Amino acid sequence: MPLTPVLSAHWDEADSYTLDGYRRHGGYDALALAFAKQPDDVIQLVKDSGLRGRGGAGFPTGMKWGFVPQGDGKPHYLVVNADESEPGACKDVPLMLANPHSLVEGVVIASYAIRANHAFIYIRGEVPHAIRRVATAVREAYAAGLLGQNIQGSGFDLEVTVHAGAGAYICGEETALLDSLEGFRGQPRLKPPFPAVAGLYASPTVVNNVETIASVPSIVTNGAEWYTSYGSEKSPGVKLFAVSGHVERPGIFEAPMGTTMRELLEWAGGMRKGHRLKFWVPGGSSVPLLTEEHLDVPYTYEDIAAAGSMLGTGTPMVFDETTSVTRVVTRWLEFYKHESCGKCTPCREGTYWLVDLLRRLEGGVGSDDDITRINEVSAQIAGRSFCALGDAAATPFPGAMKYFADEIALGTHTPASDLYDPVAATVLAGVNA
Amino acid sequence: MAIAETTRAQMREVLDRYPRKRSALMPLLHLVQADEGFITPEGVTLVAELVELTEAEVTAVSSFYTMYLKRQSGRVRVGVCINSLCAVLGGDEIWDALVDHCGTGNNQTTDDGAVTLERIECQAACTHAPVMTANWEFLDDMTVEKAKQVVDDARAGLPIKSTRGPVVRSFAEAERTIVGVDDGLVAEGDHRDERMMAGLRLARQNGDAERSADAERRGAQKVKGN
Repeated sequence: MPLTPVLSAHWDEADSYTLDGYRRHGGYDALALAFAKQPDDVIQLVKDSGLRGRGGAGFPTGMKWGFVPQGDGKPHYLVVNADESEPGACKDVPLMLANPHSLVEGVVIASYAIRANHAFIYIRGEVPHAIRRVATAVREAYAAGLLGQNIQGSGFDLEVTVHAGAGAYICGEETALLDSLEGFRGQPRLKPPFPAVAGLYASPTVVNNVETIASVPSIVTNGAEWYTSYGSEKSPGVKLFAVSGHVERPGIFEAPMGTTMRELLEWAGGMRKGHRLKFWVPGGSSVPLLTEEHLDVPYTYEDIAAAGSMLGTGTPMVFDETTSVTRVVTRWLEFYKHESCGKCTPCREGTYWLVDLLRRLEGGVGSDDDITRINEVSAQIAGRSFCALGDAAATPFPGAMKYFADEIALGTHTPASDLYDPVAATVLAGVNA
Repeated sequence: MAIAETTRAQMREVLDRYPRKRSALMPLLHLVQADEGFITPEGVTLVAELVELTEAEVTAVSSFYTMYLKRQSGRVRVGVCINSLCAVLGGDEIWDALVDHCGTGNNQTTDDGAVTLERIECQAACTHAPVMTANWEFLDDMTVEKAKQVVDDARAGLPIKSTRGPVVRSFAEAERTIVGVDDGLVAEGDHRDERMMAGLRLARQNGDAERSADAERRGAQKVKGN
């Protein structure tokens, strides 16, 4: 596969985040093209492009927009989910740092399509530099008449509010995000009704990920045919892959869907010198891990699912043979325990149980019963909570058991740190030269 | 400490951004921290008045989110990502070294009031692991030595340069930036580091970037032709 820089095409220019830098390469040209169409035709174009949600679930974007009832007399809202906090996910924050105007332009087009006159960009609070760049981009867009009243003489009005979170992973879940944006604790809502019908302030609302919305201008400019010339029929287009972990050159690579982990690994310079791959996680801690045998699986929603995992955020974390899988899974569960909002009992209580049991295994004082119980508790959480955080918490352990049952069983008598020297796993200078 | 008139003005400006007052609750709480350093009873009362809720309702929200603090911090809040990937790549060693170096634990402040250490979750910067933050600005690709230097500089009152971001400012100033107040620092912190540029540089070297741009042009011509 070739690399296909689209969203990242001009990130190497110092002012790529400014209005001037964005316009230098045709930025905001898509807006006029979109305004020349009827809103429904913009929705149809996005449907035809096959663009799928880049936040993890992969729901078809055009279809989501099409669910918004029109002529219902209610205000409609677009909410951009910029709460990137999934362990391993690091593509939306870089995009907001380097190219925030692609997001703002996408916001205008998407809002026009779904007939929303107020859009919100919900950014996690812990990334002030990303907030700075997006908030400035929004101010620049207002000053240039790209936001506000009667944008470019189209008769379309749009207000955009940049809203900061305050440290809660759960607010990446779309209904929890909406509760948070309404000024409540970020807890998920029971679905249905889906946000497209009753979202923000019980009005029709589309919630889309940053990368999804930022992809819209390029689709409007270059057409659905161009977009579908990349990737597979069910997973078209290009995407930002972010490769992290025990590789020589971690980083961000924009490439077509269908790229394999082997190619990504090659671009990232391979595994760090003298080491070999142990396991990798295709798209955040919430999806099951895979191993070397899956390196040639194309990065499409359907192929990764067939291999027993999920594409998720498309940001692979790579671990080599120095890593204790028990340690990694335990730490992820500590994360889910910390971030469980407490609304649903299976998730709130189950994550506590899982952490206790996993710590025993990591400490080398677990038992066979503990392993059975972890599987049982995971099964009790999965599918029994309002939102995907519960399902996510139930994912890492069974996923690891599939390939590393023998290693995990060693936790019944030997601490993980005796089996895998934590210092050997670090990339700290001088330690592993 | 009282909440200043300038902050109250910023609070009113924030209220205007939302169709419903309650939606302003989170940014208002950030602004309380900008003046007070943490969520004080006085701040809760003021926010409750502004959004027309009870103090209990405001506290119910503030206590849910980890960025809203229950006590005063040191001048610099130093975060160390301890989620799996950062931990394995060195975050655990960095954390242990800083605990040792500072003589404090999680959410505790050094005796001189300079540094509060915090174990933080994934910062969306995994390509730059191990990752730390100082008053929420990025400190990428950290080592034990660099981490200790950050703490030493903070304690000596010296400037700390973030990696993708400006020179680290006070916690109060960071809170104002978080609610979108223009701090004039948008141009600081070049985003073009090795990790951010990895794919694009490779694409330029092997001609992929040009081919990708050509494909875009052909697509755009077709769109115009229609």
